[in-house]
Amino acid sequence: MALLEVKDLHTSFFTDAGEVRAVNGVSFNLERGKILGIVGESGSGKSVTAYSIMQILAGTGKIVSGSIKLDGQELVGAGENVMKDVRGNKISIIFQDPMTSLNPTYTIGQQLMEAILLHTDRNKQQSWDRAVEMLRLVNVNEPEKRMKQYPHEFSGGMRQRVMIAMALACEPDILIADEPTTALDVTIQAGILELMKDIQKQIGMAIIMITHDLGVVAQLCDEVIVMYAGGICEQGTAEEIFYNPCHEYTKGLLRSIPTVDDSGEKLQPISGTPIDLLNMPKGCPFAPRCDNAMKICMRARCERMEINDKHAAACWMNVRKAVKGE
Amino acid sequence: MSTELKSGQPLIEVRHLKQYFNINTGFFKSTPLKAVDDISFTIREGETLGLVGESGCGKTTAGRTILHLYQPTAGEIIYRGKSIKTPKDVEEFRTKATMVFQDPYSSLDPRMTVADIIGEPLDVHHMYKSQEERRQKILELMDHVGLNSEHAARYAHEFSGGQRQRVGIARALAVDPDFIVCDEPVSALDVSIQAQVINMFDELQDQMGLTYLFIAHDLLVVRHISDRIAVMYLGRMVELADADEIYNRPLHPYTKALISAVPVPDPNVARANKRIALTGEIPSPLNAPPGCPFHTRCPYAKPMCSESMPPFKEVEKGRFVACHRTEEINS
Ligand SMILES: Nc1ncnc2c1ncn2[C@@H]1O[C@H](COP(=O)(O)OP(=O)(O)OP(=O)(O)O)[C@@H](O)[C@H]1O
Ligand SMILES: Nc1ncnc2c1ncn2[C@@H]1O[C@H](COP(=O)(O)OP(=O)(O)O)[C@@H](O)[C@H]1O
Ligand code: SF4
Ligand code: SF4
Ligand SMILES: [Mg+2]
Ligand SMILES: [Mg+2]
Repeated sequence: MALLEVKDLHTSFFTDAGEVRAVNGVSFNLERGKILGIVGESGSGKSVTAYSIMQILAGTGKIVSGSIKLDGQELVGAGENVMKDVRGNKISIIFQDPMTSLNPTYTIGQQLMEAILLHTDRNKQQSWDRAVEMLRLVNVNEPEKRMKQYPHEFSGGMRQRVMIAMALACEPDILIADEPTTALDVTIQAGILELMKDIQKQIGMAIIMITHDLGVVAQLCDEVIVMYAGGICEQGTAEEIFYNPCHEYTKGLLRSIPTVDDSGEKLQPISGTPIDLLNMPKGCPFAPRCDNAMKICMRARCERMEINDKHAAACWMNVRKAVKGE
Repeated sequence: MSTELKSGQPLIEVRHLKQYFNINTGFFKSTPLKAVDDISFTIREGETLGLVGESGCGKTTAGRTILHLYQPTAGEIIYRGKSIKTPKDVEEFRTKATMVFQDPYSSLDPRMTVADIIGEPLDVHHMYKSQEERRQKILELMDHVGLNSEHAARYAHEFSGGQRQRVGIARALAVDPDFIVCDEPVSALDVSIQAQVINMFDELQDQMGLTYLFIAHDLLVVRHISDRIAVMYLGRMVELADADEIYNRPLHPYTKALISAVPVPDPNVARANKRIALTGEIPSPLNAPPGCPFHTRCPYAKPMCSESMPPFKEVEKGRFVACHRTEEINS
């Protein structure tokens, strides 16, 4: 049994303009101690997937159907008491926007220590030491002095690192990191990613890393999910996704970014504009932008197919290949 | 792009440029924040010079000061051999040198139509004789950047991020400039849209012989688009070289760390990469450390590094580095 099992998750926002199907049939398993990357363009449903797992959807958002099991326990419909325990002790989340998630009226030290006291069995002194150590680990200068300062005395990048320190200090079973390093400089980002990997190894935590940076995925993740328009188009080990992509969107994504051995040749952009969830096409959601779209792509959505035991994709090209025996 | 060095004439020469901002640090007390501190370099006609460095290191300020959007604290800008000095020089220069901004969401006035956004610089610099000529120019510009001319009467907020950035570029092109400072022009765009805009910069350069100062933090993007790359740290320039050279064989310790930290989109390469760890915060430009600005984080620092400022000097042909120990650590 996997640590986290998500099955056919559907989450919608019920807006005045209609039902926005932000997550549309997402399924995946997360094993203990693994790092899972979720990539996809803005609005593809990455954050909503994460918020659904935590059941912290904003406003009109609602899990419409599906199952989310943590250690075998069903979370959908389990009630707020169960979710409080999950959010407090089992799954931590680092938000995309660090400004909203620290309390401006308490010092950084108070907030870090509270989290550590609550979630580990350290005493006060040990918690203080651990908090200072975590700040040092995320590259915050003069951590003892910083403990006594308030969030507004920190720069945006430093606040983000405090959030990361806080989430890691709680030693959760699963850490969900929603674009945790997007606002950070590369030299700082590299340090944070390494730190996350170290702590993950030490305490055997699993990580869901949400990012649009394929470089971060390549460096960190064991498994990768590629999302488009609320659904998973492709899923597999990092090696399979990067070296054997089997969905036209993933292929397009990989062609559109500069590589390590950039020879100065033109990049090959994905044409068209990102999807409008209120106007979803009938067939494959990527069809309007896909250079290889076939007649069937316009008519029907392709089911997920196993490419091999480490890789699945939902693209009619694979069916065509299989039929033609290529 | 960077395989052959473009050997055009100098278009812009930057000489000992400084930009200090006065910051209130108490009652009646102010301290200069040295956002750009004595940088000198040349941009050649038709080339793309990439400018990289950590957030707050002075890239935007350098770009804006070169364009005289800020009055330089000291130093000079020489355009086609002529120093920009008088207000008249500045006004003329503004029709030759323009800027594209980072954020396509906030840099365009939501109450203006696309035609008026693009047409504004034409109005400011009196660049047409009749309304018909103005209209023709705007439609031409829209066509250049791949915008549907039927959308001229729409408002910027009706466009996607990539389209808004095209509007920003059309606006920058309106005065028919030959030099454009591009400040993080693709950072706010989705990966799948970035490539469209990067390619457009490339094509416009080929068609119109443009010269770019291209500011960005994504090193792989900068390397792709640039002929040469300049690296800044804490208001100073620490290295300048051919794009591939600097990427494959960085000489300055900070450049080495920066390049080793690039998240490479290739699992085998990324996992084999040896990262050079930097500890500590970037010092504040309000009180930069004495001597080499990088010495508080440099793995190669020696006592002399905190005593004297290393000069920015040519260590190989066309290759500039500001480090006391360049020879020792690279042999
Ligand atoms: N509070 C909300 N009300 C209505 N729609 C929402 C809300 N939050 C998210 N959505 C919609 O759900 C879809 C998925 O959003 P989500 O935030 O998961 O995207 P994302 O892939 O994480 O994008 P980004 O990279 O921009 O954060 C989008 O179409 C978004 O507009
Ligand atoms: N108008 C201003 N007034 C005061 N300080 C400024 C101003 N503009 C920039 N700075 C400061 O100058 C330094 C360099 O800024 P900037 O050039 O914007 O950095 P970046 O490399 O991120 O573009 C920063 O410390 C910034 O806070
Ligand atoms: S299913 Fe068809 S339209 Fe969709 S990505 Fe594959 S080939 Fe393209
Ligand atoms: S001068 Fe000294 S501190 Fe500065 S980069 Fe060179 S070795 Fe490092
Ligand atoms: Mg998001
Ligand atoms: Mg900037």
